[in-house]
Amino acid sequence: MSQKIREHIERLLTERKIKGFLGLREENGHILPFLFCDPKELVHLSLGNRGKPGDTRYPLNQILIRLVVEYPEEVFGVLIRGCDERGLKELFKWKQLPEERVIPVGLGCPDELAKACECEKPFPDGLIEGPKGEGVDSQKVARINQMDIEDRLMLWGKEFDKCIKCLGCRNICPMCFCKECTLEEAALIDTGEIPPANPSFHLVRAMHMAGRCIDCGLCEEACPADIPLRTLYKKVADIVCEEFGYKTGFSVDEKSPFNIIEVK
Amino acid sequence: MEFRTVLTTCPYCGCGCGLLLEVLDGKLIGTLPSKTSPVNEGKLCVKGWTVHEFVTSPNRLTKPMVRKGERLEESSWNEALDFTAKRLKEIKEKYGPDSIGVLTSAKCTNEENYLLQKFTRAALGTNNIDHCARL
Repeated sequence: MSQKIREHIERLLTERKIKGFLGLREENGHILPFLFCDPKELVHLSLGNRGKPGDTRYPLNQILIRLVVEYPEEVFGVLIRGCDERGLKELFKWKQLPEERVIPVGLGCPDELAKACECEKPFPDGLIEGPKGEGVDSQKVARINQMDIEDRLMLWGKEFDKCIKCLGCRNICPMCFCKECTLEEAALIDTGEIPPANPSFHLVRAMHMAGRCIDCGLCEEACPADIPLRTLYKKVADIVCEEFGYKTGFSVDEKSPFNIIEVK
Repeated sequence: MEFRTVLTTCPYCGCGCGLLLEVLDGKLIGTLPSKTSPVNEGKLCVKGWTVHEFVTSPNRLTKPMVRKGERLEESSWNEALDFTAKRLKEIKEKYGPDSIGVLTSAKCTNEENYLLQKFTRAALGTNNIDHCARL
């Protein structure tokens, strides 16, 4: 990490532009989400690259929502990558975060990470540090698109059968902000089975990711059964783009086809 | 204003997954899997994900309880320990040490569990000890 991002955050704190900076802190070899309020703490700042780039990312936007609810008058800084910025844009549109209370501090991802994520835009607009890397098309989705429909159904059926229903994909999702969740609603879904109803459990979640999923990949990283959830939700995003001409998290001024809230 | 996450070990079973407790102004508000734990590498099961819920559960015992007739009643530690020691001695004398069994907990530390097996074997004189985390 260069000094650039640290100095930038230090300035935001000392000039009192933000009350706290939500980022990552290195502690005894571990990397943990942390709210930096004192600039002196920034010596422990981490960017979430421990063994390899981006291997210790956490749902900071999800934590940010809790902070803003608790302290509705304060402004917070937050560490964001390209995916997190897409998340912020949608969270603003869905009125989960007030734009004027958030100052994003942008980090670009190296090619290695962009390739592993097959990320369409591996850097945020507000880039403070890191490269402005090339977008990568998804080979994983392309490969499945080439299979015939029976094989696809069989593949996903087998993947969904591995599910232990930890709900980690939903719990870690920075875009899952609903107070009530269909996945726990006995009237809507079979809640007592493991593996959960196949394929409805996973397809319900996939449907709910339409216009929400910003392709951060935290769900797939959290899945103890290694279900390729990211590939599934990438496909959902492709369908949203084809059917509605809407790219989730890419614009600030385009209304989402999935809510009724008009944007400025 | 303070938000931090505290690294700890999941108390539910013997796997020992690393998890982060989210603490906002001294209040426990959530759990995240530790990405840096070599045990679970950023994953948790449904129990691990909800660890923060039992800490503040109204059903959690915070004081020693002694059964008096049909009811459990709050008591002091001295009363509870004296009663337990007296009854264990009586049972051991009357029915022998193997009439007693001990079940310990994953919510205790390794050291506390060691201590309890030592107590069971050396003081009570039985090998009847097991642990809920021996999945």
